[in-house]
Amino acid sequence: MYDVAVIGSGVIGGLIFRKLTEYKLSVCLLEKAGDVCMGASKANSGIVHAGFDALPGTLKAKFNVEGNLMMKSVADELGVKYRENGSLVVAFCEDEVIKLKELASRGEQNGVKGIEIIGRERLKEMEPNISDEAVGALFAPTGGIICPYGLALAAIGNAMDNGGELKTDFEVVSIEKEEGGFTVKSANGECVTSRAVVNCAGLGGGKIAAMIGDEIRIGARKGEYLLLDRESGSAVNHTLFFTPTEKGKGILVSPTVDGNVILGPTAKEQADGNVLTSDEGLAFVSKKAGEMLKELPLYNTITSFAGVRAYSERHDFIIEESESVSGFFHCIGIESPGLTASPAIAKYVVEELMAGRYGWERNPSFNGRRRPDYFFKDLTAEQKNAVIAKDPSFGRTVCRCEQVTEGEILQAIRENPPARDIDGVKRRTRSGMGRCQGGFCQPYVAQLIARERGIPIEKVTKSGGKSYILMGVTK
Amino acid sequence: MKGNYDLVIIGGGPAGLAAAVAAYDSGVEDILILEREPILGGILNQCIHNGFGLTRFKESLSGPEYAARFISEVEKRSITVLTNTAVLSLDKGKLVTAMNAEEGVFTVQAKAVILAMGCRERSRGALNVAGSRAAGVYSAGTAQKYVNVFGYMPGKRVVILGSGDIGLIMARRMTLEGAKVLAVCEIMPQTSGLKRNIAQCLDDFGIPLYLNHTVTKIEGDERVTGVVVSKVDENRKPIAGTEIHFDCDTVLFSVGLIPENELTKGAGIELSRGTRGAVVTQSRETSESGVFACGNVLQVHDLVDFVSEEAEIAGVSAARYILGGEVKRDAVEVKNGKNILYVCPQLIDKSVGGKVKLFFRVTDTFKAPTVTVRCGNGAVQTKKLKVAVPGEMQSIVLSEETVRGLNGSVEVLVEVDQ
Repeated sequence: MYDVAVIGSGVIGGLIFRKLTEYKLSVCLLEKAGDVCMGASKANSGIVHAGFDALPGTLKAKFNVEGNLMMKSVADELGVKYRENGSLVVAFCEDEVIKLKELASRGEQNGVKGIEIIGRERLKEMEPNISDEAVGALFAPTGGIICPYGLALAAIGNAMDNGGELKTDFEVVSIEKEEGGFTVKSANGECVTSRAVVNCAGLGGGKIAAMIGDEIRIGARKGEYLLLDRESGSAVNHTLFFTPTEKGKGILVSPTVDGNVILGPTAKEQADGNVLTSDEGLAFVSKKAGEMLKELPLYNTITSFAGVRAYSERHDFIIEESESVSGFFHCIGIESPGLTASPAIAKYVVEELMAGRYGWERNPSFNGRRRPDYFFKDLTAEQKNAVIAKDPSFGRTVCRCEQVTEGEILQAIRENPPARDIDGVKRRTRSGMGRCQGGFCQPYVAQLIARERGIPIEKVTKSGGKSYILMGVTK
Repeated sequence: MKGNYDLVIIGGGPAGLAAAVAAYDSGVEDILILEREPILGGILNQCIHNGFGLTRFKESLSGPEYAARFISEVEKRSITVLTNTAVLSLDKGKLVTAMNAEEGVFTVQAKAVILAMGCRERSRGALNVAGSRAAGVYSAGTAQKYVNVFGYMPGKRVVILGSGDIGLIMARRMTLEGAKVLAVCEIMPQTSGLKRNIAQCLDDFGIPLYLNHTVTKIEGDERVTGVVVSKVDENRKPIAGTEIHFDCDTVLFSVGLIPENELTKGAGIELSRGTRGAVVTQSRETSESGVFACGNVLQVHDLVDFVSEEAEIAGVSAARYILGGEVKRDAVEVKNGKNILYVCPQLIDKSVGGKVKLFFRVTDTFKAPTVTVRCGNGAVQTKKLKVAVPGEMQSIVLSEETVRGLNGSVEVLVEVDQ
């Protein structure tokens, strides 16, 4: 029997999983997909919010501000790319400047440091490519950017290195409360027993809650994005938001930690959780982003995608032990700023809600540092040569656009949590994320996956399931 | 590993190979070719169809055969070749940083550099085609690699977007391998591939071509299950109500090639918006003296024969630079006139001497157009064409005398009139 089973391997489940391995426990992470981090944490804006947006007194406000303060050290320990680039909420008329002042005072109430309202001139200095229509902005220096799936992958990998167990393809279909714990059953009949369960199932969080009799409605909202080539990376320095109005928050325009520019998201109710992009959605994103910048290099678009984020009807995070079933914890309805809040949520759930109550002991052998997560191309020539001398596969470039080597791809397939498909390698290494979108490297990545996993290349998938990349041999 | 060479050529495809041979034969023997793939030949290695070399060799060769002719010429000369070697950067001082498994990261100082990195395909992402991200969406060249090099089928029921040559070639190739190609869709009113490929790859196999059509949606959860194709209006916007649905498992994109100029940009070399390659003189010298560019990294060619021709110009010019040193430029600009997409070279250096061949592409289909090169108010050269289409590169030659007569800050324009 496990001490704790965590359901859902997004950034919330992942960081809770890791936090649990800081204690002397047996812990497992259950994921319905073939790889970890396949839901909302995979496709979102990647913003570390400063914390001026959430209403004072909400869990969102509390965990946003706490999470923001923790993010740098968490990213550092886990070797995840993170940059405090600062956020700007841009006003395009005097009414919006009034709104900015409200946001600033809300931020101060929430405990956000360093917020200031800046005028047109200062804004232009900070963001030379800003639209001439912009009149001012709220500047939050503690706003940042991070790779969201990078954070989840690293946290899960680190937890596994510390003894946590991962079960993918484990779609939870029933949960039975029994003497001293729970039996969690998967769609393919596998059972896991655990003393406590944490529900971090994202979009599926309501369904999981219902399995123990809790009724929590979780809605889904789709967001579509465009991603621009690194070549256009200098088009924007800070994360730029429109001033929120009655009509909504608008989209954001931001650099990413990998040097691209991200535009989006739309916000559309999407009960079925599909992640299809639409002509209307992408056109809306292009149009709005064009209003933010003087020059928007849309010709440098390299891909578009959509993600779905869950929200609860409480319009706040649900982070609590079930009222009806002891030992069952919900961490659901984690919409924005969930990514920012994730380290603080994990700390709260594990340390405040669980550890004391269960009398857990610290795990003295826990090592919170992952291997120094070098992106090989960022190393100096001397460092590269030291790595190549030990393992020549790092001298072979596979993905030319992002300069990813064979060594890194093999590492992604061999390390925790192991990549099993093309997209899994992509998320871990960036191979295929560049301007040719895998056109050159995919055949080689497929060969490496086939070789490492001992499967024929026809069985290699793009993204698990039956998403086979090939359909038989030639004549 | 030797730390300096007279000439370093980045890329061992058709451009790099021809440039190496030409430079060697012009008197520069200390040459290094850096190639990232395990073998020389570049993209020709996966082009197993024939039709290469008709202009140059007056025979129809396959891609590997065409490459082999140049590889054997390289082998006959004492030219150093490093395969499996990726160039990481080029700096202004012609210092090349490269990496492979044996040497690790190393630098080579060159007296002259020839850029011959080729091009890449525009991907689905660049077009923002809506829908799912299921497996089964490939650029045509990736599919070609799977079929011709790896021996695997990327799919069985195929819709192709774009009538570029690789797409047309793959329509035939997939059909020969037993796949069903349901449609080739082209958003423009005319095809972007060569006429002969339309005839030999589509018409001969009864593959329907949908002009003024584009893919507006890709469907499928894990693997592609279908696409929606829509007719477009004169602004290339999809027309509601014209949707055609195809059940397919594969979508191939053949929607243009983009010169791979990351190293060029890194070296601070000026690029042209028209070609997306470097701005060059007729010697194929870039804004950085002693750095030359040729082949598809400079401008996307229709035929490899023209790549070889251009590479030889670069090779000879690089040799002249190495042996004779830098000569002060006396350049006039070549500008795009009416109905012209781009002209290459973008500069005519009068100090070079000799005639100058200007390559260009037109923006639309023109029947019986006249091409005019103007200098000031007068036409210095004209040429009648039977037809000009964007998919086929054209050229016009300025005689040595004409070039000499381009005086002062002269502007050269190329126009096409109905």
